[in-house]
Amino acid sequence: MTKLELGNIIINDIQFSNEKSKVENGVLYVNQEEIKQIALEDENIASCEVFIARPGESVRITPVKDVIEPRVKVEGPGGIFPGWIAKVDTVGSGRTHVLKGAAVVTTGKIVGFQEGIIDMSGPGADYTPFSKTYNLVVKMEPVEGLKQHEHEYALRIAGFKIACFLGELGKNVTPDEVETFEFANLVESAKMYPELPRVAYVQMLQSQGLLHDTYVYGVDAKRTLTTMINPLETMDGAIVSGNCVSSCDKNPTYVHLNNRVIRELFKAHGKTLNFMGMIITNENVYLADKERSSNWSAKLAEYLGCDGVIISQEGFGNPDTDLIMNTKKIEAKGIKTVIITDEYAGRDGKSQSLADADASANAVVTGGNANQVIVLPPMETVYGHLHFVDTIAGGSANNIDAHGNITVEIQAITGATNETGFHNLSAR
Amino acid sequence: MNFVVITNNPLVYEKYKDELNVDYADIPFRDVLCKVRDMVYAGHPLLTHPLSGSVKPHETPYKSVLVGTKPGKMEQRDASIIENSIITADKFAEKFPNMPQHVREDFQLIDCTLITSGIDAVLRR
Repeated sequence: MTKLELGNIIINDIQFSNEKSKVENGVLYVNQEEIKQIALEDENIASCEVFIARPGESVRITPVKDVIEPRVKVEGPGGIFPGWIAKVDTVGSGRTHVLKGAAVVTTGKIVGFQEGIIDMSGPGADYTPFSKTYNLVVKMEPVEGLKQHEHEYALRIAGFKIACFLGELGKNVTPDEVETFEFANLVESAKMYPELPRVAYVQMLQSQGLLHDTYVYGVDAKRTLTTMINPLETMDGAIVSGNCVSSCDKNPTYVHLNNRVIRELFKAHGKTLNFMGMIITNENVYLADKERSSNWSAKLAEYLGCDGVIISQEGFGNPDTDLIMNTKKIEAKGIKTVIITDEYAGRDGKSQSLADADASANAVVTGGNANQVIVLPPMETVYGHLHFVDTIAGGSANNIDAHGNITVEIQAITGATNETGFHNLSAR
Repeated sequence: MNFVVITNNPLVYEKYKDELNVDYADIPFRDVLCKVRDMVYAGHPLLTHPLSGSVKPHETPYKSVLVGTKPGKMEQRDASIIENSIITADKFAEKFPNMPQHVREDFQLIDCTLITSGIDAVLRR
C-alpha cells in the first residue's frame, strides 16, 4: 500500500516583506528581491516584477502562463516537480507540505495572441478558480531576440523554481490539516471491494507542440506511449503543464496537483466503486499516434479489469478525435465510459459541441460552453499586458469599448471550462 | 510513408521546401481544409488532424496538414475527420482581419511547431 500525506498549511494572505521570506500564522511573507533573484538566475530572463493579487481586489492578471501551487517534500523519496526541479525519483509517497490557498501565477508575452485572464473580482472572477487563491504574480520579460521555445521554457522553469522556493518555507511549519491518501497494488485492489464496480481514470494530456505540451517526470507527453501512473504520483507533482493557449480548458500545473477526478475517485473508493488505477494518454496530431494511444488506453483499461472508466479530455478540436477513439475502443471492450469534456457550441449554444462524435459516447459531463460571451468591466490594476486582449482566443478585434469593458468568450478565462471538473460550470 | 504537406503557411514552406514535398498556396484557412477533403475523397490517407492546435480556426489564418501521396481506397475515418473539421471551422468567424505582422508571424510559428510534431512522428525522428 502506497501512502501519501498532504499537509495543508492554510494561507490567508500574502504580504511583501523586507526580511527573509517566511510563512507565519497563515501569512506568506515574500521578499520580492529573493523572487527576482531566482527568476534572473536564468540568463534568458531580462527583468522580473512581483505583485500580489488577493481575492476581491480590482485586479486583472493577463496573459497567464501557468498557475503553480507552492509545495515541499518533507518525508519520503523524490522531490517536487521530478524531471524539472527534483531528480526523477518516483514521487507519490511520504509527506508533502502544501501552502494551501496560495499560488504562483506566471505572466509574460511569449506570442502575440496569448491569453489567459484571471480577474480577482467582478463577473469574470466567477469564471476562474484562481480568483479565490492568494496569488503571487511573477511577470518576466525575456532578453531581446529570445526565441519563443526558449522563452516558454524559461517562464515555465522560473515558475516551478519560485513555487518550490515558497513551498520550502513551509517545510518546518505544522500543517493545519493532514490529508492521507492510500493506494493499493493491483492484486490488493482487486480483492479489496469485490462487490463494487472496478473503475479507472483515463487522463488525456495535451501534447501537440509549442504552448500545447504536457510533461510527465520531465518527458514530453507526445513522445510517450499510453501508460499507467499511480494517482498519488500526479497528486505529488509528476505531471506539469507546458500549455496555456485557449486557457479555459487547459490544465495549469496547479490543476494537475489538485486533479478533482482523482480526489472524487478517492472519496468514492470503497463506498460506491473500487478505484483501480489511472491511465495517462496523449493527444498528438499524427493520426497513427492517436490510433496507437487509444488502442493502449483500451488495452490497459481491460488489463485493470475495469467495469467502468472516467475519461477526461484536455482541449478542443484535435483532442475530440482522441476522446472519441478512446471512448469507442474502451466501450468495445465491454467497459462503460463517462467522458468529461467542454463545448464549443457557438455563442448561442446551438451548434454541435464537439468536432467528433460516436453513439458509444453517451455519458457526458460538460465543463461548459467556451463560446459563451462575457463582458469584463475594467479593473483598477492590470498585472501583465492588457493590449493582448484584442488578439486572444475568445476575443475579437476592437473588443474593448470606450469605458474599458472587454467583451470576450469565456475561453479566454483561465480554467473557465476545465475538463477535469476543477471549476463549477456545467450543464444538466 | 510518402506524404505531402498541404499548407498556406509561408514559414512551413520555407522550412521544409528543400527537404519535403510541400504544396504551398496563399489561400484562406477553409480552402486548405477543402483541398485536403478533396484529396481524402480521392483516396489519399489523412495523416495529421486538421484541427491541430488550441488556436481556433479563423483566429489563426494558417493551417498545415499532412496527406499521403499515394491514393488508395477512401478511408471512412479520414473522410469523417476532415468533414467534421470543416463543419467545426465554419462555426468560427474570422476575428482579426487586420492582424499585425508580428502576430501573424506568431501564428505561423505555432502552426509550424504543430505540423513539425506530425512530420517528426511520420519520419520517426
